[in-house]
Amino acid sequence: MATQNGLPFEAPIYQLEDRLRELLANAGSSPEHDDEIRRVRRELAETTRRIYANLTPWETVLVAREKNRPYTADYLSLVFDEFVELHGDKFFGDDRAMLCGFANLEQQKVVVIGHQKGRTYKERSACNFGCAHPEGYRKALAKMRLAAKFGLPVICIIDTPGAYPGIGAEERGQATVIAQNMYEMSRLPTPIICVVIGEGGSGGALGIGVGDRVAMLEHSYYSVISPEGCAGILWKSHQFAEKAAKALRFRSRDLLQFGIVDSVIDEPLGGAHRDHHRMAARLKQYLIKTLRELRAVPTPDLLLGRYEKFRRMGAFLDQASIDQSGQASTEAAGVR
Amino acid sequence: MASIDEKRGTARQPKRGVPHGLWLRCTGCKETIFRSEAEKFFNLCPKCGYHFYVTAKERINQVLDTGTFEEWDKDVLPTDPLNFHDNKPYSERLTAEQKRTGLSEAAVTGTGMIRARRVAFGVTDSAFIMGSMGSVVGERLARLVERATEQRLPLIIVSGSGGGARMHEGILSLMQMAKVSAALARYDQAGGLFISVLTNPTMGGVAASFASLGDLIFAEPRALIGFAGPRTIMATIRLELPKGFQTSEFLLEHGYIDRIVTRDKLKSEIARAIDYCGK
Ligand SMILES: [Zn+2]
Repeated sequence: MATQNGLPFEAPIYQLEDRLRELLANAGSSPEHDDEIRRVRRELAETTRRIYANLTPWETVLVAREKNRPYTADYLSLVFDEFVELHGDKFFGDDRAMLCGFANLEQQKVVVIGHQKGRTYKERSACNFGCAHPEGYRKALAKMRLAAKFGLPVICIIDTPGAYPGIGAEERGQATVIAQNMYEMSRLPTPIICVVIGEGGSGGALGIGVGDRVAMLEHSYYSVISPEGCAGILWKSHQFAEKAAKALRFRSRDLLQFGIVDSVIDEPLGGAHRDHHRMAARLKQYLIKTLRELRAVPTPDLLLGRYEKFRRMGAFLDQASIDQSGQASTEAAGVR
Repeated sequence: MASIDEKRGTARQPKRGVPHGLWLRCTGCKETIFRSEAEKFFNLCPKCGYHFYVTAKERINQVLDTGTFEEWDKDVLPTDPLNFHDNKPYSERLTAEQKRTGLSEAAVTGTGMIRARRVAFGVTDSAFIMGSMGSVVGERLARLVERATEQRLPLIIVSGSGGGARMHEGILSLMQMAKVSAALARYDQAGGLFISVLTNPTMGGVAASFASLGDLIFAEPRALIGFAGPRTIMATIRLELPKGFQTSEFLLEHGYIDRIVTRDKLKSEIARAIDYCGK
């Protein structure tokens, strides 16, 4: 899956890919030629591995936003056997930035909720580039309630730069719907699995992000604010986005370390955009395994576990608990 | 999710420790007024009733019965989990903010009486890193909600937070939104009464979590309240924003708050609501 616009740091990969294509056109012409093909293949794999093992935080953002990266709609066709879209927030309108519906995961009936970015320009503008409006979050909550009522687990696929910032969005209660979604998801009596597949853009992500398990794809990011937004406020210019990206510690491994996500799902060599099928197969495997685990847990235990999972999040010093336990260190119970 | 630049409609914030001028130009009516006259009456403009900033401490004095406030969890203190560094290290920023405001963090929580009714009470102070929510604000509020649940107390939280979720603690700040919201869901399940009071400004991750989850939502007049900051919205849609956009009055008109309550009436309005709900 060649990248048209291209990621700047992938240039050596493109060169080797081009070279390989040329060689393959005359494959079998001589033993030396075929040796060369093998050599270039090896070099390509090596180079890709090296580049992807050393991505900077900003480069990770670029990979997460890559235009050929699989989106929610791609996973709906590659991971699930069937998807029956359900529109209808029963309040205002249909938000194309939020896809909801019944889906079949290897004989297991589920409800899937996911941000959709759109691939063509037309699709992208219809989806507002994955930035959902209040009606999207209302639709998501309505379908999650439906799922709980009929005993279906919920799978949330997160991929948004953020909730839409606009006049209509404010008029229709963007803050209220995000708050209500977290509130209701925290006690929704059915298993919920959330996976960040690309961009986990602040409140817009968290509005469908409270669950029993939260996972991230390896090269996705999940942040309190976009690196550009953070740079604009703290460094007074969007040009410092790279700096902000580094400071915010929002990559999958960081979040695993902070205890925010439970799993990181490895991407194929060179990122999910290079191999949709392999990425989808890994996601599918994760979902099947995790769903099996969660379905074995009685609902009250599930909800208690979900509560405690989020309740533990944060880093602070607690002088009182240190005094009580008599520890000399200032390291506190709340610090992870 | 930050909206740190939203000073629109915010009174010149008196910084504690800085000597106050004798005069004050009102943001509401542009008249010059005696500062002492405003301070005598809830920090309201004597000419137009504009609501100036009040500190968390003043708020506690205004809403709770004199001498009844008992602070909880003041030993829960901030740290710097990301080693965050913009133009100065976050740890230094925290120390400077603590010194400047006299607060240990942006939220003060505890218990006290409102006209002899015991309540759980929290307030965020917009002077401390824009009143933004990091781990300590989230933890203090979550503990407040949990104690209100255990002790069956009505819960009042007065929000003043232009900063939303605090950038300096990254994803940990964002997750405080979910943490406090989850605690409120349990409180709700237990039948608790939560009155959320929105003051100028209440934005971003604070507006998009506990502040919008009240059984009753009150707002002070002409406060700036919303999800996205006005500048972010303007940069996205490239249009001028309508007059009065994201004010208390705008939210009332669109159905997101129950009552606009002036500061001098806040205490009696809260007491009356508690009585109506039989708490
Ligand atoms: Zn005035």
